[in-house]
Order: sequence, then structure tokens, then C-alpha cells
Amino acid sequence: MNNIVFLPVLLPLLTGIVLLFFSKSIKFQRVFSVLSVLAGILLAVMLVGKVHGQGILTLQVGSWEAPFGIVIVADMLASLLVLTTNLIGFAIIVYSFYSIGKERERFYYYAIFQFLLVGVNGAFLTGDIFNLFVFFEVMLMASYVLLALGGTKPQLRESLKYILVNVISSALFVITVAYLYSVVGTLNMADISRKIAKIDQPGIVTVIAVSFLIVFGLKGAIFPLFFWLPGSYYAPPIPIIALFGALLTKVGIYSILRTYTLLFYHDQGYTHQLLGILALLTIIVGVIGAVGYWDMKKIIIYNIVIAIGVIIFGISLMNQQSLSGSIFYIIHDMIIKAALFLLIGIIIKITGTNNLREISGLIKAYPYVGWTFFIAAISLVGIPPFSGFAGKLLILQGAVKAGSYIGMAVILLSSLMVLYSLMKIFINGFWGIPRAYPDADRVPVKMLLLPAVLLVGVSIVYGFGTEAMYPFISQATEPLIDPGIYINAVLKE
Amino acid sequence: MEILMAVVIGILFMSATYLMLSKSILRIIIGTGLLSHGAHLLILTMGGLKRGSVPLLSEQANSYVDPLPQALILTAIVISFGVTSFFLVLAYRTYQEFGTDNMDRLRGKEANE
Repeated sequence: MNNIVFLPVLLPLLTGIVLLFFSKSIKFQRVFSVLSVLAGILLAVMLVGKVHGQGILTLQVGSWEAPFGIVIVADMLASLLVLTTNLIGFAIIVYSFYSIGKERERFYYYAIFQFLLVGVNGAFLTGDIFNLFVFFEVMLMASYVLLALGGTKPQLRESLKYILVNVISSALFVITVAYLYSVVGTLNMADISRKIAKIDQPGIVTVIAVSFLIVFGLKGAIFPLFFWLPGSYYAPPIPIIALFGALLTKVGIYSILRTYTLLFYHDQGYTHQLLGILALLTIIVGVIGAVGYWDMKKIIIYNIVIAIGVIIFGISLMNQQSLSGSIFYIIHDMIIKAALFLLIGIIIKITGTNNLREISGLIKAYPYVGWTFFIAAISLVGIPPFSGFAGKLLILQGAVKAGSYIGMAVILLSSLMVLYSLMKIFINGFWGIPRAYPDADRVPVKMLLLPAVLLVGVSIVYGFGTEAMYPFISQATEPLIDPGIYINAVLKE
Repeated sequence: MEILMAVVIGILFMSATYLMLSKSILRIIIGTGLLSHGAHLLILTMGGLKRGSVPLLSEQANSYVDPLPQALILTAIVISFGVTSFFLVLAYRTYQEFGTDNMDRLRGKEANE
């Protein structure tokens, strides 16, 4: 049977439940959650292998036929994202051992971490629009708790705002699903797509498409809806920011990608052009933020916004190259953003400050941190042998094909500014005259560096192995270009 | 009937928006409550309000009302219960910690952490 499709959701769920019973035994929690995530990685690799061999795998939950029951769909895109999620989860759990602190660990940190993975994996794998909403809520609920866990003043203040924004966007999600249901009368995404194709996307469906853009844009922080992100992602401890920065916004992006390629692709003149314009504005806003701040966390946070813009721009062009580029870039960006947050977390631990003006000369005492950060930085920018290159190149090729030269210029210039913002951290933080930091000796730099090096290593392999990755990416792109493949796999016509 | 419901839901959304734009946290939470009421009523309305029996097979009626939106609403209700209770406790904690429920005074500045 195809039960393997659902295991990436089931495994963290069961792990989370077991962990709830052992909240006082930190050792057990650590060992168990690491083992579970390792098993998750293994499962995801098997899933990718199986999807590569057999095409799209579906699981009809409870053996109810496709449009009537909930269906779990693993196409190559979802499988690759699940694999990336588990990899990042592993690195961040290991990093948490040495940085999150005993108090938080005792209060269900690892259990909630697992529930967040349930939500993210579920959102990637589901084939039902309301089920997607439920997995979003699982993920968001876990993220509320992680954001507030510890209860420091900034955390409390920012989680209030974060929850408010997400409650509103969830209500909008429900409203939009209600509208969509009244138009097409079904909730299964493949079936919705078929029904919309039959009525050839009248005006009301375009309105629903834009509502979905607002909903997922709020989750994924695109241009006019990104306002909550800099504050909310600033408050929690570093491993949690890394988790949020790598996973949460990307689920919003994935949902835009899925809905705009599977459901609303008939009237591209309006919806996809809107998407393109918003994407470019997102990039510009992100660049302004990334260049403007002297605070390391803020710089990386605004780099999340830039990357979101780049990926969305790739989606808006809707051709083979640009969509492959977006997929390449989303996976690269998840890995490298997590790595960058973990690395600046080490710097913040050593120096005790976020402010770039107060640190310098770290390369003498911490050469490995410095050079790992350097590699991560140039990977993010997209210097050729590294992982950010192939994605951006493909998106640019797509832009040339679509004749969108303004978009091309914005993306190329934004890369330059990303480079500037990251080199600002590198040059100010690592070069210059070494300073003395009182708490530096107590930081377990080697242990903290290990997961970051793992992620950077994965991204290097990903960058150098572009040729080997390409068949997987192109298989992931196929159902996006031709939704018929996805629909046939789900509805078995 | 649907038109009447649409107007009522519109008023609910309007009040919710107004309340969520105010300064007091409690008003904002009441606003989210109204917003979810509106959303749930909207699912019910959008599923259709035609006459029919309750969705119980033992009724043996000729036609039933659509059971799917009811299941969706039930799911959405418990989710919003969970979120609202968390939100309320968080507001309570914030009040304890900051001594204010005014959103204006909960502004984040990097310097005052």
C-alpha cells in the first residue's frame, strides 16, 4: 500500500504525543526527538525515491474514493519539501540542545516542535483544501506556543500581534474556502481544478483566487502583508526563529504555488500579473530593510522577505524554467536561511549583542564560524558553484522568455544588495580589531557550529550537485505545468 | 434567506473589523470572536439554505440539508476555540507583565527590550 505517503505526518505526531508524557526527562526528550527526526529524514528519502520511480503517489484516507474522502498526495515537489523540512528540523533540534535552555525544554519544547513538523509536512502533502486549512492551524498553533514559550516581555508582546494577524488570515481562509465551495461544490483540489476548468474561470473564481493570494500572502509575507514578520521573528530565541524563517513562510509560498498552478491558471493575465508586481515590490521592500539595519537578526529577517519575492516572481511567470527555478530556490532558501540564523545565533551568543557596530574581529578566535558564515552568505547570494545560483539563473531565464526585463533587473540588483547586507555582517563582525567579550568562553561554539555546518554542507552538495538534482526538480515541475498529471493521479480517470 | 444571512454576516464582519482596529486587547479579542462567528455563518450560508431534513439517515426524508458545511463548521469552531482560549490567556499574561492592555503602549522598539 501507499501508506508511506502519510508516514511523514504520522511519525512526528506520534512522537509529539509520546513526548508529552515525559516532559521532565530532558534526556529522553532529546534522544527520542532526534531519533524520530532521523527516521523522518529516512522516510522522506524513501518517499522521494518512490515518487521518482512511480510518479505521483496518492493515499485515499479510509479508502473513500478521491473526491469524497480526504486524499494525501505526494508529488515530487511535496516530497522534496518534506525531505528539506525534516533535514532542517534535525539540525535545529541538535542546535537546541545547547542553546534553548533547560527551562524551555522542560515545558514541552520538543513536543511542540514535533507538532510544528506535523503541520508543515501535512500542509505539503495534503490534497484537500480544507485539510490544508487544518494543517495550517496545526502549524500555527504550534508556532504561537513556540513564539510565546519562555514568556519574556518582547515575546509576549510580539506573539499578541502574531496571533491576531494569523487569526484574521485563518478566518479569511475559512471565508475563501466557503466561497469556493459555493462555486464548485467540492473540496478536493484535483476535483476543484477540474470543475474550474469546466466553467473556464469566471470573474468570481478570479476574486476567490485573489482572496487566496491575500490569505497565503499573509502567511507567507508578501509585499503589503509582510508587516507582522520583522517584529514577530525578532522576539523568540534563535532556534525558533530559524525554524520559523525556514519553514513557516515557505508553507504560504508553497500554497500560492499549488493553488496558482493547479486551480487558478485559466485567467493568468490578471492574477499572475498581480502576483508578479507584488513579488517585485516584496523584493524591493526586503532590500530596503536588509540594507538599512545594523542589527544582524533584522538583516537576515529582511532577507527572508527578499527570497519570498524572488520565489513568487518565479511562480508568476508560469513557464517551465521559472517554475523549476522557483522550486530550486525554495529548497535552497529553506536550508540556507536556517543555516544563517543558526550562525548569527552563535555570533550573538559569543558577543551578547545583535548590533554590528559593537562587534569586530571574530575571525581570529572563531575562524570556522567565520568561513562557514562566508560560504553561507555567498550561497544565499548565488555565486555560481553554490546553491543559490541555479535557481536564480532559471528564474532569470524564465523572465527573459516571458520578456519581463524589469523583473530581471530587480532580481539581479537585489542579489547585489543581498550580498552587500551579508558582507556587512561579515566585514564588520569578523574583520577588524579583535575585542574581548566577557561571556565568550562559556559558549559551546563547536557543538552549536555542527548543525550549521551540516546545513551549509547540504547546501554545498545541493549547489554542486545541480546536475544530479535536475531530474528531480523537473519531475516536480511537470504537474505544475500540466495540472492534468496531478488530476489524473488523484482522480484515477 | 441567503440574502438576509449575507447582510447579517456583513454586519458581523463590519463590527469585527471595527473592534479589531481599537486599542484595547479585550476589544480586539471580542472582534476575533465576531469574525469567526461571521466566517462560520458564511460557510453555512454558502453551503445553501434550502429546505430539507437534518442530516440523519433515520429521518428517511426525501431531501437532506448539505452535511459537509456542518462538518467544516464544527472543525472550524473547535479550532477557533483553541486559538481564542490561548489568545485570552496570552492577553492575561501580557496584562500581568506589562500592566497595560493598550496596544499603543505595547509597541516594540529595539532599544527597550
